[in-house]
Amino acid sequence: MVATDKPTYKVVGTRPIRPDGTDKVTGRAEYGVDTRLEGMLYGAILRSPHAHARIKRLDTSKAEALPGVFAVATNADFPRVESGTMSIGEGTANPVWLVDNLLAGEKVLYHGHAIAAVAAIDQHTAEDACALIEVEYEVLPAVVDVREAMLDTAPILHDDLRTTVRARGVEPSANRPTNIALHLRLEKGDLEKGFAEADVVIEREFETAMFHQGYIEPQNGTAWWDRDGNITIWTSVQGTFNTRDQVAAVLKVDPSRIKVMPMEIGGGFGGKNPIYLEPVAAILSRKSKRPVKMWMPRDAVFLATGPTSATYCRIKIGAKRDGTFVAGHAYLAYEAGAYPGSPVGAGAQCAFAPYNIANQTVDGFDVVVNGPKTAAYRAPGAPASEYAVEATINELAEMLQIEPMDLRLKNASREGTLNSVGAPWPTIGAEAVMQAVKNHPHYNSELQGEDTGRGVALGFWFNGGMESSGTASVQADGRVSLILGTMDIGGSRASMAMMLAEDLGLTMDDINPHVVDTDNVGYNATTGGSRVTFQGGWVTRDLADQIKAQMSARAAAIWDVPADQVKYEDGAFVGPKERFSFKEMAGKLPGTGGLITVSATSKRNTQGPAFAGHIVDLKVDRETGKVQILRYTAIQDVGTAIHPSYVEGQIQGGAVQGIGMALNEEYVYDDQGHLRNASFLDYRMPVANDLPMIDVQMVEVPNPGHPFGVRGVGEVPIVPPQAAIRNALHDAIGINFYRTPVSPRVILDELLPKD
Amino acid sequence: MQALKYARAASVDEAVQMLRDGGPTAKVLAGGTDIIVLARERRRKVELFVDIKHIPETTGISYDSSNGLTIGAATPLYQIYGNSDVVRHYSALAQASHVIGGTAIQGRASLGGNLANSGPAGDSIPAQMALNGTALIAGPNGRREVPIVDFCTGPGQNVLGADEFIVSLHFPHPAAHSGSAWERFIPRNEMDIAVCNSATYLVLNGDVVTEARIALGAVGPKVFMVPTDALVGKPLTDETIAAAGEAAKATATPIDDMRGSVKQRKHLSDVLTQRTIRAAAERARG
Repeated sequence: MVATDKPTYKVVGTRPIRPDGTDKVTGRAEYGVDTRLEGMLYGAILRSPHAHARIKRLDTSKAEALPGVFAVATNADFPRVESGTMSIGEGTANPVWLVDNLLAGEKVLYHGHAIAAVAAIDQHTAEDACALIEVEYEVLPAVVDVREAMLDTAPILHDDLRTTVRARGVEPSANRPTNIALHLRLEKGDLEKGFAEADVVIEREFETAMFHQGYIEPQNGTAWWDRDGNITIWTSVQGTFNTRDQVAAVLKVDPSRIKVMPMEIGGGFGGKNPIYLEPVAAILSRKSKRPVKMWMPRDAVFLATGPTSATYCRIKIGAKRDGTFVAGHAYLAYEAGAYPGSPVGAGAQCAFAPYNIANQTVDGFDVVVNGPKTAAYRAPGAPASEYAVEATINELAEMLQIEPMDLRLKNASREGTLNSVGAPWPTIGAEAVMQAVKNHPHYNSELQGEDTGRGVALGFWFNGGMESSGTASVQADGRVSLILGTMDIGGSRASMAMMLAEDLGLTMDDINPHVVDTDNVGYNATTGGSRVTFQGGWVTRDLADQIKAQMSARAAAIWDVPADQVKYEDGAFVGPKERFSFKEMAGKLPGTGGLITVSATSKRNTQGPAFAGHIVDLKVDRETGKVQILRYTAIQDVGTAIHPSYVEGQIQGGAVQGIGMALNEEYVYDDQGHLRNASFLDYRMPVANDLPMIDVQMVEVPNPGHPFGVRGVGEVPIVPPQAAIRNALHDAIGINFYRTPVSPRVILDELLPKD
Repeated sequence: MQALKYARAASVDEAVQMLRDGGPTAKVLAGGTDIIVLARERRRKVELFVDIKHIPETTGISYDSSNGLTIGAATPLYQIYGNSDVVRHYSALAQASHVIGGTAIQGRASLGGNLANSGPAGDSIPAQMALNGTALIAGPNGRREVPIVDFCTGPGQNVLGADEFIVSLHFPHPAAHSGSAWERFIPRNEMDIAVCNSATYLVLNGDVVTEARIALGAVGPKVFMVPTDALVGKPLTDETIAAAGEAAKATATPIDDMRGSVKQRKHLSDVLTQRTIRAAAERARG
């Protein structure tokens, strides 16, 4: 660990066992599908076999007549919602599209699009009933490729869609249907002038496949719409309030009438921000007057929940002979899936973020295709655009005969450098990370063996802020209950408890953290954007300050001294003559006005940007095209690591997901838009023995905008792997690849003689 | 999945009777690692599972140097690769058993199940064929033996008639100075389906190959035997090994699908054949 001017902490930076650990490893923790309620029914969903079709007739009468069936729901059961924009966690959506995605309206827009739902006495009966639903389709031509979807001749998904233009100097397109939902442009400096000044100009094109988050736990939701008109939902999602507000919007119910119970979550990575089953279960519950539980089989998870965008990226960079970047243009076309809303905006802002390029333009396009609506996936939008830039920079380094890390360091973004939207960077760790890569023993070790190669790449992610609330109650025995509303995906119960313990001078065991439902804690935005520990630290700081102030006042009253004469030091209230430990003082609270409960809300946006640099060594089997990762090092500016093990875990997990994208993961569609590999067998995520230990080096450049210097760590590690591996492949076998994943078949195709 | 019935057979005859009584939607259940998934996904209509793994004849391993090896059709894989006689004398089978699914699957899955599924990429089938195995089949008309090379007839198709099932698999004792090896290519390192798999059994007299049996999977509608003319009666050299690889490539009739291309699979047929020949020869030389 590279430490800078870091304060000395007692709890922060240690590695205690997580409070939720025992229940999780013993199988006692309750996940969404563990929900069992009296009289509960089971739901199933009928999905479209076609990628694009008009529903000419939908007849559910035979399903309704099947014994054991209590209710059937279709799009017609939703209230009519108004078009608009609402937050869905790490993105926005139009409620009209949300409803249409939950249960298809006039058309199905992708293979696996939900059409109708059944609630029955058991799962088998619900599935039997689905098979009895009659649907007559008028099958329409489908388009599943972003560039084909942008053509004037492409099949149109939404007759009412027009391109929103957020690009200076670009005329809005003609008033006719299109699949291009958005054209945005970021501009800085003078692009033409920049390229004119360049000694060398490189332009390369890249494609990335559609990737799924691949969480182990499928989507689920249980709903009970009671006789008083209130809805309770048990679900495992990233944001309970986020789910509540989306359900409220599509059902036109006041959010406060909905209570979302936070079940444990088995992975999300951004994919458990959107709603899929909860409102459908609620409608089935209203119709059947029973609680209804639904969950997705794995194929439905692949078919119908948000993967990330497949993309086409074209990168052009101009440089001086000495390596100085003078101009950069990025053309980014991102698939949104069936409804607008790809993360192209974030991809655009990330593309050139690690570098100081005075003249740059980024054009981004959000394009609908006949695939599932994309969702956030760990640094949404960043891996594709940064992969394209990092790969291009590698080729530029070769052209200029400059060592790749020297070229990057020469152009590194620094504090004060203007970013792609023209704002100056705050204190950032881009240069520190690049230097750490260059100095790392791995980078300086000798690469051994035939057909081996080494690659590096950088990554950037903003990190999010959003809103968090919490409540703390001091118990008479000296422990503190900490009530949270952010779902614990990556160990946040532990990190919140540690930050509160640090501020109160207590141990983590003295803090008792709970994640509670939406009726029992203040508003909390979703767990996403690497924001929870950042914003949570502000909340726990506020809670600690309030607790200390109130307890100091009680101590002052007991001692009959002015409040300002009581100090809180090392877990004790210290007066002019006496001192009470926190525990002693807690014991005196019931007799001095009662126990103390405090609440706090924070919505700061001083989160720190995060940079990462990855180094990979690999070996290619020329006979089979198979790639073995030999060594992998992930270096990252983490701000301050509250619980280093969880920070390392986040970095390793992100790297592994990126390695999967680089080598084998991919949605495979046939030319009619049918998904061919909706299973973990054929959607090839890495397994444990595909990987070496991912070595982590944390660079700690504390975020000045946080009480403990937290930046947020979870997302940026997924950004560098695709380019690092692609660059290493070039080093190993001398071939530049321009599409990910680079599977053994792709490598073999290049190595074997052409037909 | 649909609601279904389960019955445990205590004997081969009882299992045959249960299958007969159950009709076409009665299915044999051994480890269930394939059929339960198929039933759950409604890709097979199953109304009755007849569990055969509690019949003494269908489980367990017996070996002696004169009679060879007999493995109950429902014997879980971990017992096969964990058996020292199998590891010593039937290396290809031990290797194949060790990589099907993962550890959890290997506690349930069986060779009989893998063969009865008759998947073109079934990982144990090339090993069963290269080792010259025979399947003992029971049914309403009594028992019969079928060489494993003749067992599969197409993708998911085989010689099993109505209400028939595999009781056990028999492998002759390998010759002196013989060796066998198995290999597959998968994009990952485990938990994957073969793009191509291969098994070789060969016997050496000095440097000369006196017998060879090479089987290839995932590169045709069923696992098949590769002609060995290029190898048998000839010294084992880089040239003869390469020629055997060429023969494998020429015999393969793969399809293009998301798991592999024709070009890739043809090429891998050659590569894996050569690799298993070399590994088998190394074992033959002891």
